Amino acid sequence: MDALEQLMQAFANTGGDRAVLADSATAHLVADGHTILSSRAIEGIEVEARETASGISATVRVRQGVRLTNPVHLCFGVLHKRGSQNIRMDVHLEKNASASFIAHCIFPGAEQVIHAMDAVVTIGEGAEMRYSETHFHGLHGGVEAIPKAVVSVGKNGRYLGEFNLITGRVGRLAIDYAVEAHENAVVELTARVFGHGRDTIEIKEKVVLAGENSRGLIKTRVAIEDEASAEITGITEGNAAGARGHVDCMEIVKDKAVASAIPVVRVTNPLAKVTHEAAIGSVDKRQMETLMVHGLSPEEAVEVIVKGILS
Amino acid sequence: MPLLEIKSVSYQAGAAKILDDLCLSVEGAEVHALLGTNGTGKSTLAYLIAGCEGYKPTAGTILFDGRAIQTFKIHERAQLGITMAWQEPVRFEGISVAQYLTLKNRELNPAPYLAMVGLEPRRYLARMVDRSLSGGERKRIELASILALHPRLAIFDEPDSGIDMLSIHDIINVINICKENGSAVLLITHREEIALIADKASQICRGKIVCSGPPAKVAAYYKSRQCLTCDTEGRADGCP
Ligand SMILES: Nc1ncnc2c1ncn2[C@@H]1O[C@H](COP(=O)(O)OP(=O)(O)OP(=O)(O)O)[C@@H](O)[C@H]1O
Ligand SMILES: [Mg+2]
Repeated sequence: MDALEQLMQAFANTGGDRAVLADSATAHLVADGHTILSSRAIEGIEVEARETASGISATVRVRQGVRLTNPVHLCFGVLHKRGSQNIRMDVHLEKNASASFIAHCIFPGAEQVIHAMDAVVTIGEGAEMRYSETHFHGLHGGVEAIPKAVVSVGKNGRYLGEFNLITGRVGRLAIDYAVEAHENAVVELTARVFGHGRDTIEIKEKVVLAGENSRGLIKTRVAIEDEASAEITGITEGNAAGARGHVDCMEIVKDKAVASAIPVVRVTNPLAKVTHEAAIGSVDKRQMETLMVHGLSPEEAVEVIVKGILS
Repeated sequence: MPLLEIKSVSYQAGAAKILDDLCLSVEGAEVHALLGTNGTGKSTLAYLIAGCEGYKPTAGTILFDGRAIQTFKIHERAQLGITMAWQEPVRFEGISVAQYLTLKNRELNPAPYLAMVGLEPRRYLARMVDRSLSGGERKRIELASILALHPRLAIFDEPDSGIDMLSIHDIINVINICKENGSAVLLITHREEIALIADKASQICRGKIVCSGPPAKVAAYYKSRQCLTCDTEGRADGCP
C-alpha cells in the first residue's frame, strides 16, 4: 500500500470521507510528513503547496466574492512511528469570500512524532471562514502537537474555528490561537479534548475584540482521566464600544487527573463587556443521579455525560 | 403485599430531623398522592425511596416487593423498576431529547412519548436537553422519559410545577398513562385537582404521615389546616 492509500485509510477511520479526494469539485491538500501526496485547486481558490527544507509551506487563497459550496479538505499525517511535521499555512479569504475547511491531522501509529502547525489567516471584509480540525494521535500517547494560529477577521467578517481530539490518546497538545476581530466581526473558537494516561493538554486561546460591536466566544470542553493534566487559558479583550465577549470553559476531571482554567478578561473600553464562566470538577452529581434513576450504571452515566459535553 | 412499604423511616441531616418515624405504603398500579406544605419532607422522602446519594434512613426500612432496599444504590433500584422525576430536572449539554428518551433502550421510538406530554415530536426530538429548553419543556421531557421507562414505581415530585395552568390536563394524562401501563405512582403535588385523580392520598406534616385515605377526604383535611396545629404524634391510618 502506498503512503497516500495508507493515509486515506487512516483518514476514513477517523471519520473522513475519502471520496472527496477524487472529487474534481473539491479542493484538497494531503501530506505525509514533509511529502505532499496530493493537492487540488478549483475555480475561485488557489492552493499552492511546497516542500521546503524545514517542512511544508502552503498558501490557500479564496478569491473575492467566491463562496465555495464544498469544504476544502486538508489532511496532514505522519505514518511512521517516529517523525516530525512542520506546516506553515497562509490562508487568505478575500472580501466577501466564504469557505469551510475540514482538516484531519492523523498519526495512527505514532510513538514519537512532533506535529507543528503555524497558520496565519486573514479574513477580509464580509468574508466568512469555518475551520474544523480533528486530530487522531493513535493509542501510544507518543505525539506532541503544537498548533498555532494567528487570525485576523476583517470588518463584518466571521471566523468559526473548531478543534477536536476526542478519540485515542493525546500525548502532549499545546494549542496557541490568537484572533483579532475588527468592526462587527464575529469569532467563535471551540475546542474539545479528551485526555487519558499521562496526556498533557495546554490550550491558550485569545480573542481581541478590537472593532466596534465585534463578538467573541471561546468555548472549551475538556475531559481528563487517569493522570492526565489540562491547563486552559481563555483570554478575551474588549477594546471597542459595543464589543461583547464570553469565555466558557468546562472541564470534567476523573481519577488522578488535574485540571486548571485561567479565564482572563480585559476591558479597555467602558462600552465593551466581557464575561466568563468556568466549571471544573468531577461529573455533576445531579446529572449522574438523573441518568442512574433512568437505569444507567455509574460507568454508563459518566460516559453519556462526557460524550455529551465533548459532542 | 404492597409494592412499596415504608416502615417507620426517620431521616436526619446533621441536626435537622426531616423524616420522623414515617410510614407509607403504595400498592402495585396505585396512584398515591402525597400532600404537604413546603419543607415538610416530600422531596426528601422521594430521594430516600429512589436511593439518592446521602439519603439513607437513619432508622426504619424501605421495602419494595417485600425486599429491603435501603442498601441498594440508585441504579440498582432503577433496575428493580423504581424511577423518579425531580422537582427541578437538570440540564445536559450535548444530549438530544431523542437520546435522552432512549437512554436505556436505544431501539425505542421516542416520538410517541413526547406526544403523550403534549410536545410535538418533530419540533423537539433533535433539540438538546440543555439550557435552551424552557422550564416547562424540560419538565415535560422528564415526564416523557419516565413514561418511556415503563417503571413499576414512578415518583413524580411536583410534576405540575412550572407547567402552565392551561396544560394541567397534560400532567393528568401522564398519570393516567402510568396507570394504564400498570405503573404505580407516588405523586407529590400541591394541586388539589391533580391529587384528586389519585386512588389514595396521604398528607405529610413535619416529616410524618398525619392522614391517609381517599384523596377528597385527605385534601379536605389538608385544607382545614388542622395538621398545622396537630400534635407531633400524628396518625398514620385514616384521617382524624
Ligand atoms: N441537608 C439538609 N440539611 C438541613 N436541612 C435540610 C437538608 N435537606 C433538606 N432539609 C430541610 O428539610 C425540610 C424538608 O425538605 P424537602 O425538600 O423534603 O421539602 P418538601 O416537602 O419537598 O418542600 P417543597 O414543597 O418546598 O418542595 C426542609 O425544611 C429543608 O430545609
Ligand atoms: Mg420538594
